Amino acid sequence: MFVGWRDLRFAKGRFALMGTVIVLITLLVGLLSGLTAGLGRQNVSAITGLPADRIAFDVPSAGQSLSYSGTTVTESQWRRWSAVDGVTSAEPLGITTTRATSGDRSAGVSVFGVRPGSALAPDGARTRDGSVVLSTGAADGLGLHSGGTLTLAGRKLHVTAVAGDASFSHTPVIWTSLDTWRAAAPTAAAAPGGPTASVIALRTTGGVDTKAADLAAGTRTVTKGDSLSAIGSYTSENGSLQLMRGFLFAISALVIGAFFTVWTIQRRGDVAVLKALGASTASLLRDALGQAVVLLTAGTLIGTAGAAAVGAALAGTAVPFLVTPTTVVLPAAVIILLGACGAALAIRRITSVDPLTALGSAR
Amino acid sequence: MSLNLTGVTLIYPDGDSRLTALDDVTLDVPPSTLTAVVGPSGSGKSSLLAVAATLITPGTGTVSIDATDTTGMSRRELTDLRRRKIGMVFQQPNLLPSLTALEQLQVVAVLDGRSPAAALPRARELLDAVGLAGEAGRRPHQLSGGQRQRVNIARALMNDPTVLLVDEPTSALDHERGRAVVDLIVRLTRLRGTATVLVTHDTTHLAAADRIAEVRDGRIGHHTGIERAS
Repeated sequence: MFVGWRDLRFAKGRFALMGTVIVLITLLVGLLSGLTAGLGRQNVSAITGLPADRIAFDVPSAGQSLSYSGTTVTESQWRRWSAVDGVTSAEPLGITTTRATSGDRSAGVSVFGVRPGSALAPDGARTRDGSVVLSTGAADGLGLHSGGTLTLAGRKLHVTAVAGDASFSHTPVIWTSLDTWRAAAPTAAAAPGGPTASVIALRTTGGVDTKAADLAAGTRTVTKGDSLSAIGSYTSENGSLQLMRGFLFAISALVIGAFFTVWTIQRRGDVAVLKALGASTASLLRDALGQAVVLLTAGTLIGTAGAAAVGAALAGTAVPFLVTPTTVVLPAAVIILLGACGAALAIRRITSVDPLTALGSAR
Repeated sequence: MSLNLTGVTLIYPDGDSRLTALDDVTLDVPPSTLTAVVGPSGSGKSSLLAVAATLITPGTGTVSIDATDTTGMSRRELTDLRRRKIGMVFQQPNLLPSLTALEQLQVVAVLDGRSPAAALPRARELLDAVGLAGEAGRRPHQLSGGQRQRVNIARALMNDPTVLLVDEPTSALDHERGRAVVDLIVRLTRLRGTATVLVTHDTTHLAAADRIAEVRDGRIGHHTGIERAS
């Protein structure tokens, strides 16, 4: 990269301009990635944190897709699943979103009803009828500690513990008993045949025949990961943010490709001279691609550091921003990879430069 | 060690017809001699130089460098040959804007797989030989036209070539500077033992040549026999 390094030092202005663009795109992608992950966690952490690998839903009506809201399973469905070979645990789980109040404070919460002592709740032994275990988000929102009281659907409930930071559909989770959940969930009261819960959280071994069990129980079972699309806002919200991120990746590749296209066109004369002096096309391509990768790496590192710094500054605030290797390192690697692809497409023009043009007075 | 063109014919497509740029050209340039190639515009001088530089493969005939026939060589072999055996002095200096005078020479060694540091002594020696030892750290825009042309010449000699091809080196210089450049080329030809071809339109430089080949309509009309090879 003898010439490439010297070009970088010589044409400082041009490369600084392009580097700044890369820094800004990387910063934007990093911020969007952190926000996507943070919002995603606010949406699904209560589900992804469940000690279960599959979720059984009641079969939806024709034309309807699975949904955590407005669905119920019955006690008989739960009992059938409990008896299925290969199922080590079948726990009914009631879910509803409502408002809880404590003194003059009020907050939207997701009420998760479980059986007393269920492993689904972070402190299952304390989820008795008439009492609740709050997630930290709910406790902060309502200004409550262990031993306090809150009002949910007209009932006063005792806070037995504050544990975990689970949230569901952007609301913090309150863990309580299934009876208390039933009192708060309008769908539970309306469902026929003795509603027990919203879904059944299953822990299974490899040998379980879910199709047969679904047929017998009248349920539809999906993996825990697939069940996330049954959270109303998650698919559309996550899809929109991922689409934006995808566009930013594409834009970064196009912008870098455009820059190096112009740069390569400007350098055609120099490339012709180097070829006439005996430079192989491969060595010239290596030099040019190395130059692009140096620029990309430097710009991406600065942009990523900026995104991580913003993420650190936002930690503990209301902004749902998550800084992890997946939200910081992965987007940076993708930008470098796509940018290098864009640059590679641009610098391929080097192959078509004719060294003959170095002769004569045409230059 | 020499450059030898035998029966070289080069025909370009020219619209619906074909243009004969070189017609059965034979030229022998022994080592340590300078052959001046003269002729009117469009006569085939540049085509002759391009063929000798292996940048164009002739339709018929052979081009030999160091008694090695280059016709039939692959593009990669020709690139290697050009790098190791042929020095080119371009009409315009064609220096790379981001490199200093010293680096313009080092880059030639780097293209040949050597390290810039290893090439440093020779690059300095050549810059000294062309009288630019004090300008080693300057970039092209910081050099005068004559200085740029001298860097161009030094660069052509960096890989110790057998053949030195010089294309109108004085076209952008005034007479005095042009004369100094030609004198430098003659001196280096003798010193380095290169087989040098100097394409020029300036007849005042012909006195410095050992041989003069006049090109007209793609043919070498005659060699002027100023046989003054050493």
